Amino acid sequence: MTRKSKIFSTVDEIVADIRDGASIMFGGFGGAGFPNNLIQGLARKGAKNLSVISNNCGTGDGELGILFKNRQIRRVTAAFPGPGATYFQEQFDKGEVELELVPQGILCERMRAHGAGIPAFFSPVGVGTDVAKGKEERVIRGKRHILEESIGADYAFIKAHRADALGNLVFRKGARNFNPVMATAAKTTLVEVEEIVEVGSLDPEAIVTPFIFVHRIVVVQGLRYV
Amino acid sequence: MSKPRLTREQIAQRAALELPDGACVNLGWGIPNLTAAYVPKGITIYFHSENGILGMGPRAKKGEEDFDLVDAMKVPVTLIPGASFFAQEAAHVMTRGGHLDVCMLGGLQVSEKGDLANWRVPGAKGAGGIGGAMDIAVGARRLIVTMEHTSKDGARKIVKRCDYPLTAVECVDTIVTDLAVIDVTPDGLQLREVAPGFTPEEVQALTEPKLHYSGKVPEMLASAR
Repeated sequence: MTRKSKIFSTVDEIVADIRDGASIMFGGFGGAGFPNNLIQGLARKGAKNLSVISNNCGTGDGELGILFKNRQIRRVTAAFPGPGATYFQEQFDKGEVELELVPQGILCERMRAHGAGIPAFFSPVGVGTDVAKGKEERVIRGKRHILEESIGADYAFIKAHRADALGNLVFRKGARNFNPVMATAAKTTLVEVEEIVEVGSLDPEAIVTPFIFVHRIVVVQGLRYV
Repeated sequence: MSKPRLTREQIAQRAALELPDGACVNLGWGIPNLTAAYVPKGITIYFHSENGILGMGPRAKKGEEDFDLVDAMKVPVTLIPGASFFAQEAAHVMTRGGHLDVCMLGGLQVSEKGDLANWRVPGAKGAGGIGGAMDIAVGARRLIVTMEHTSKDGARKIVKRCDYPLTAVECVDTIVTDLAVIDVTPDGLQLREVAPGFTPEEVQALTEPKLHYSGKVPEMLASAR
């Protein structure tokens, strides 16, 4: 049996059904692995009142910056919003955008847990800090831990280097970062890739994200904001 | 009292001597990041980055940068033999799971008990950012904080109790500053070395909790400028 094609011909088509109020994860770290074409498509589409999950909050107009500039984002869960996230920082200081600040490894693990069907877990990270406020604390094996709930989203926007037509993905160097875990934690995963190859031509040992986690693919030249 | 203290580069140089050959090490923003340049000859360190790299080498030369191969400060780097790539959650399996031999973070305040505050100055504009610091501080087998001994306005940064927002409690093993090397022990802060030209009494005067030491305290090595 062959599977229905996941390949979209344009960025605008792949984001066409995203509605106001959607929750979306965005991969990327340190300028690498950002789904910048998908972000630009979402900026053109104009969906508002978004709840987003991303390590940071953009660099000027680049990366997530354009979505803050357009005031499309209502709430953000992030580990390091970043000094370069000028539009976010302005809106945060005026109380116009809601922020949940999360330790980076815990952000990863909350998404990993969601993708793996685990609703919550205990962690030692953040014990005795602002991060622990309002969370259940328990001593396990003699050490203090706090309860962290898993986190999912309607969509994940990710960037991979190469896909096959089924949606198996390989990444490039440090551009892998948050992309694979986000692919597991969203109901619908959209991926932009530089190249699509024939099914069977990727080395099965080298596939990082198996196609089961990927729903839509678009081929487009990567965009980078340095 | 305006004797020259160590420069940021000299703090980094001294901190680099704390890294054992073959260690897997994460360096935070600021002075820690400078440390990589001062690893002594003949020592191999496998530098770790939160975006999924173990085995980072020196910064990439101009014209040879690959912007998919960057450290946590967005700087293009190189790899050394034996390096590997993996995803962010695996990078934090390494931090939080206690797999990294040594981690270095910058500090705003460190308490007598080794509590660390390093991510937010109270009252500062903007949202602040935790990044990977909390996972690193909790999981590091050995945590070294590198920082200036006092703040720009002269306030003591090694304190009895942190009043800045905490990164983690009881996590710091060693503090390397522009004035001293101090170990955090169950018996209190042990003054291991002082900066050239400074006495233990002078360092104590700029440190809120009591420093323990006996006899002559050795000088910190400081050649770089």
